[in-house]
Amino acid sequence: MSSVTGVSVTDETPDSDGRDPLPGDNASTGRLGDRLFGGAARGAGIVVVALVTLIGVFLLVQAVPSLADNHENFLTSQKWDVSDADNLGFGIARLLWVTVISSVLAMLIAVPLGVCIALFITHYAPRVLAKPAAILVDLLAAVPSIVYGLWGAIVVGQYFEPVQSFFIAALGWIPLFEDTGASAASTIAFVSVVLAIMILPIVTALSREVFAQTPTAHKEAALALGATKWEMIRTAVLPFGRPGVISAAMLGLGRALGETIAVMFIVSSLPDGAPWSWSIFNGGETFASKIANNAGEFDSPSKTGAYISAGLVLFVLTFVVNAIARIVIERRKAFTE
Amino acid sequence: MSTLDTTSGSVPQTARLTSGLGPKSSSRAIKDRAATVVMWLAFLIAMVPLVWILATVVMKGGSLLLHADWWTHSQQGITNREEGGGAAHAIQGTLIQAAMTALIAVPIGVLTAVYLVEYGGGRFKRVVSFMVDILTGVPSIVAALFVYAVWITTLGFDRMAFAVCLALVLLMVPVVVRSTEEMLKLVPNELREASYALGVPKWKTITKVVLPTAFSGIVTGVLLGLARVMGETAPLLILAPYFRSISTNLFDGLMGTLPTMINAGRDNMAIEANSERVWASACTLIVLILVLNLLGRLISRFNKLDR
Repeated sequence: MSSVTGVSVTDETPDSDGRDPLPGDNASTGRLGDRLFGGAARGAGIVVVALVTLIGVFLLVQAVPSLADNHENFLTSQKWDVSDADNLGFGIARLLWVTVISSVLAMLIAVPLGVCIALFITHYAPRVLAKPAAILVDLLAAVPSIVYGLWGAIVVGQYFEPVQSFFIAALGWIPLFEDTGASAASTIAFVSVVLAIMILPIVTALSREVFAQTPTAHKEAALALGATKWEMIRTAVLPFGRPGVISAAMLGLGRALGETIAVMFIVSSLPDGAPWSWSIFNGGETFASKIANNAGEFDSPSKTGAYISAGLVLFVLTFVVNAIARIVIERRKAFTE
Repeated sequence: MSTLDTTSGSVPQTARLTSGLGPKSSSRAIKDRAATVVMWLAFLIAMVPLVWILATVVMKGGSLLLHADWWTHSQQGITNREEGGGAAHAIQGTLIQAAMTALIAVPIGVLTAVYLVEYGGGRFKRVVSFMVDILTGVPSIVAALFVYAVWITTLGFDRMAFAVCLALVLLMVPVVVRSTEEMLKLVPNELREASYALGVPKWKTITKVVLPTAFSGIVTGVLLGLARVMGETAPLLILAPYFRSISTNLFDGLMGTLPTMINAGRDNMAIEANSERVWASACTLIVLILVLNLLGRLISRFNKLDR
């Protein structure tokens, strides 16, 4: 069961004869009970579709007035000043950069690690250890994000200081690793590490599912040709699982983009008007943490609208990322058919 | 696992002598060994944060959980510097909201899954399935903003715990749909056909044969879905601020919950009494979620359908 991801790679796999598993529409008798129950089921489906549509519509409708009043460029401005409802000036450039870079970094850390763990569970662990190992990794998903935030900010952050100094000393001449003087426990780089741990169970669970589906014939063929275990994995398992791993990475990325509390606890927000920096060893705010940090300020519609417009961008971002994940899975289905 | 589980991965002796490949080069053997080591290491690395978090939480806050007061008293009238009081208000709040969320999300989720597996076909089914995936990816903060936009800005209600439940429903529905869907697909078609052959209408076949067969699997999915939404904090921050006393009314006033209790105390972690309470709340939250998780897995053991 893919309880961690909520998405299953086996979902759409057709039966061996290529039909949908249950064509039985003719079984409905057209009696009242059938019409009611069938209608309710269809209604629930409609509710789900309506909800997703409504999320987009409501956010858009409430963001538009504030966007119209906004005298800064919404996409490129680094300012965020909504204190005066009649003189709104806000842009998402900073939020977008911090959100994207922290999530991408988290994905870059989590995907190789998750793939290795998935291979460990499916191909390397002794049989008795495989199932407990899978459960233990899933347990990482059971820890609430607020606990990750607390743990990261208060317990782990201090140990990150040497890592940060090392990178700054070695690569500080690259703008991405520039020293900004921010303490290691409150930087984008550190939150990426915590985010990576948080999305690890998602990446692992989905990769595990595809790796386990590698046709035995492929693996045996590789072994019969004299491949070592690693060569077998490289030539049979990994190519077969690639689409699954890509969509796992996308789902992990989507989760990281929207993570709120851990980011809010860990990354220190910068004062308005702070100089722009590309550095990952800097504070900042993501879309989600910006909104959550200012939840208490939702008092006027125009102010709220500014935050809702930030939420809308986040929604669109995650929508696109998740849609890509879905399309990759669909294409894999077409490929295996 | 393949039937040819050659852990050593060595080329058989005869192949060595006759094949044009020559003896297995040492670099290939080294790579193979290195890969094995890397896989083991990756797993061990993943275990570090799990053990570290659990140890931290238990060591810093576990002792409070052993006091009866923790489970029976609220924080009413207790300041940050004072010791004492409990988390009864927050535990209750979390459980009440979880129950309400499940009450709304489970029927929608199960019916949607029934539609996808038993009824759906063609384009609309694909649309629903796609939307469920999108809903899975909706960040909790976006769900919270959406409910804020509908419930508070448009409908004009106050912030209340029920609004949080609505946001959590959005997050829980896709989990329930996916797990139920998977279970329904595992129900053998022969059962349905046998039922149809006896002249049982389709809806009765579903409610009396298919759903009961998949029941324990569905319960597992629901529990795991609940475990996921119970730790969500973002909707709480936006829709229902923290409250120190016991309040059981979802529709009026504020309600304390474990995540907001943690959030409320995090600014004063230097104060011993407060910090211990924060860690204890985190510990309680993890315990609640773990119990749900383990319960879910335990029930899935009795599942006749599980692979």
